[in-house]
Amino acid sequence: MNSAKKFDMVRTVFSVLIALAISFVIIFMVSDQPLEAIKYLLIGPFTNKRSMGNVVESMIPLIFTGTGVCIMFSANQINLAGEGAFHIGGLIASCVAIKLTATFVSPFMALLCAGLVGALFTAIPAIMKITTTASEMVSSLMINYLALYFGNYMLNNVIGDPKASAASYKLADAAELPVLIPGTRVHLGFIIAIAVAVLGYFFLYRTKTGYELRLAGENEEFAKYSGISIVKVIMISQLLGGFVAGLGGGVEMLSPIYNRFTWTSLLGYGWDAIIICTLSKKNPLYTPFAALFLAYLRTGASIMARRTDVTLEIVQITQGIIILLVVAEQFLSKYKHKIIAKEAKAALKDEEA
Amino acid sequence: MDNQTVLQMNHIMKIYGNGVVANEDVSLELRKGEIHAMLGENGAGKSTLMKVLFGLEAPDQGEIILKGQPTTIKSPQDAISKGIGMVHQHFMLVPSLTVAENIILGVAPKKGLFIDMDKAIKAAEDIAKEYNFDIDVRQKVEEIPVGIKQKVEILKALYRGAEILILDEPTAVLTPQETDELFIQLMKLREKGHTIIFISHKLDEIKKICDRATIMRNGRSMGTYEVKDISTQEMSRLMVGREVSLKFDKKEQHLTDDVFMRVRNLTVHNAQGVLKVDDLSFDLKGGEILGIAGVEGNGQSELIDTLTGLNKKYKGEIKIKGQDITNASIEDIREMKLAHIPEDRMTSGCAGTLSIMENMFSNQYKDKRFSGKFLLKRKAMEQRSDELIKEYMVKCKSRKQNVGMLSGGNIQKVIVAREFSTGPDIIIANQPTRGIDVGAAAFIRKRLLEFRDAGCAVILISADLTEIFSLSDRLAVMYKGKFAGFFTDVENVTEDELGQHMLGIKHDDVLEGVLYE
Repeated sequence: MNSAKKFDMVRTVFSVLIALAISFVIIFMVSDQPLEAIKYLLIGPFTNKRSMGNVVESMIPLIFTGTGVCIMFSANQINLAGEGAFHIGGLIASCVAIKLTATFVSPFMALLCAGLVGALFTAIPAIMKITTTASEMVSSLMINYLALYFGNYMLNNVIGDPKASAASYKLADAAELPVLIPGTRVHLGFIIAIAVAVLGYFFLYRTKTGYELRLAGENEEFAKYSGISIVKVIMISQLLGGFVAGLGGGVEMLSPIYNRFTWTSLLGYGWDAIIICTLSKKNPLYTPFAALFLAYLRTGASIMARRTDVTLEIVQITQGIIILLVVAEQFLSKYKHKIIAKEAKAALKDEEA
Repeated sequence: MDNQTVLQMNHIMKIYGNGVVANEDVSLELRKGEIHAMLGENGAGKSTLMKVLFGLEAPDQGEIILKGQPTTIKSPQDAISKGIGMVHQHFMLVPSLTVAENIILGVAPKKGLFIDMDKAIKAAEDIAKEYNFDIDVRQKVEEIPVGIKQKVEILKALYRGAEILILDEPTAVLTPQETDELFIQLMKLREKGHTIIFISHKLDEIKKICDRATIMRNGRSMGTYEVKDISTQEMSRLMVGREVSLKFDKKEQHLTDDVFMRVRNLTVHNAQGVLKVDDLSFDLKGGEILGIAGVEGNGQSELIDTLTGLNKKYKGEIKIKGQDITNASIEDIREMKLAHIPEDRMTSGCAGTLSIMENMFSNQYKDKRFSGKFLLKRKAMEQRSDELIKEYMVKCKSRKQNVGMLSGGNIQKVIVAREFSTGPDIIIANQPTRGIDVGAAAFIRKRLLEFRDAGCAVILISADLTEIFSLSDRLAVMYKGKFAGFFTDVENVTEDELGQHMLGIKHDDVLEGVLYE
């Protein structure tokens, strides 16, 4: 490992530790039982099988959207429509799963459609960028509401079950993804998620197209000069990223957690994906670890909230601080310079010897 | 001349964020009323030392003593307030403002809330007069030539009370005639007791006007010498570490019959609509190096961008091996076996955050040797990049190291290795050796000659006249988008003659029959 990578890791670990420390300080300020709260936050998820299952099941959507965002951000396309793609993926998957009831066909078609619609969805900001140079960041941010309200419209007028309130008709039983570990809700989606993360890595780092994408992402001018089509890079990265995020929405919808479409607000996995992407340095292979961290923290927080007087929001603060510190290039830069200077001086001595 | 020391820099060490040791224990002593040369090859660390002095970089070790007092210089503002001024290679002027406005910028005489323009013009005129600079201060900066812009920069520094004036390669953008004029001004400043640091790697210039010279090599000081006591040979030996001959053994030329690149009536406007390439025509055959000289900004960049397909908005005709490139993408043009060493290696030549290996295949990853239908062949790429690193003597830890962590010369070697390894028929080399160490530069020049001998067509654009002279078979001078001069007997061209063409004083009108048939 070279010193730059080593430093990146050190900085990430430091950010996490500092963020946790700040959370502890806040817990001490707001809570009457701070030690207990911290205990639940840190080791709560380990206390029983169900909680451990919770950690794993909440990793699944994070890995999907995280991988999707890694692919999009690797091409330096700050497309934030992963949120909407996830939402609309869930919506489409439920539509398909309501209609189709055949075993295998139902979940397969539902997931395929979820991915495709997700891809089309994130392609909209990409096309707007290519044709009108509209900033993909702004357009993708706004377009998420389109997904939300389209979902609400569908729920109210097309797939809504008149006998239930704010819920669709029941999804076909055949569509539900099987549980892997009895006594938990850890389902087949976990395997799919891990596969997607590995494939995402494979795509970005081992294929010709992935190489083009990363070249363009790191230096667009260089990619152009090398003869790489930027339009192709933008389209492929956004289509694939959207596909993965949409697929994630579909998987979540078909999981044992839901049996009807009930999403009337955005779930936020698209935003979490940016945290995952930042923590994993745009490499999909690391997304399961980042997702594990985030899922663990959240599960711990919810246990803490249930058992003590500290609320869930504390974890939101922790997350925010981690992101701020990880993205702050200059954070610990003096330490970084020291490492580099030390290495350089050692190299000088080597040369002389 | 009195020998009073005004400034000392002792044992300065500076390590950059990418681990490059730019200065390693460098000391410098300046006297009042001297022109002090900082001599060294590109990358020797002279600019870094000056950045430390001007407060642009903080040293990792060492001290600065100004007029006997230890001091730290935190920022350029701090440096200016301490009487240190710097004229950068790339001018820091506001083109849309007048000369007077540029001079007083930031320290303007005020009338209430507003700038007192009359006073400003008066102040600017006064300072110009005081130092015998013949300038119309009412002119807009965008309308004046480079030589005058440089004078404005110098005046700007003097107006702010600079006693020590750092000039970073001031002659790089000047023609020989403008250079002479600058020297006269500098000598006058010396008479007035100013200290001038003259950064250069041109020995004859240093011989001409400098009193003492500090010679740097590889981030170290090789000592300070009285210029009159040291020969240019000795200076060059200290600077380079060995005697380098810039003369290459050029083999006899074997031109191909085929025209590799045919350009007719090429006209290019830049994004602002300014005419940059004006009705240019030429032929390029295999086995020759066509040198293009000229002061920067006379259309060279636009010409290269158009020839390589980066710019598609042009009038006229470009044919590569008989094939028109109007509708050809950059990829298509590269497939016609055209290699391109770009002018700015960091902007378009590489991706600094990617590894050496990843940077070496951007133009050939589609080659069957390195990829299948979808997948990259990692093993083949790894093996090939190790070979190239060895062949091009890239100094690095391994192929996995990020390109941005390498020194300028090694980055350039990675780029050249990539471009040359495809076996090109046409090479367009834009400033191929700018800012790199002398060893790497000699290596790249030798390679270019080898390609020429092997029947490759080369276009060489360079600000380094020695390079242009020693490599070119034919030599064209670009001035305001046109070829203002053209030479086939490169050996008999003098720098002075070339300079006159670069300045546009001399202009050859009839180039037909010489440049193309």
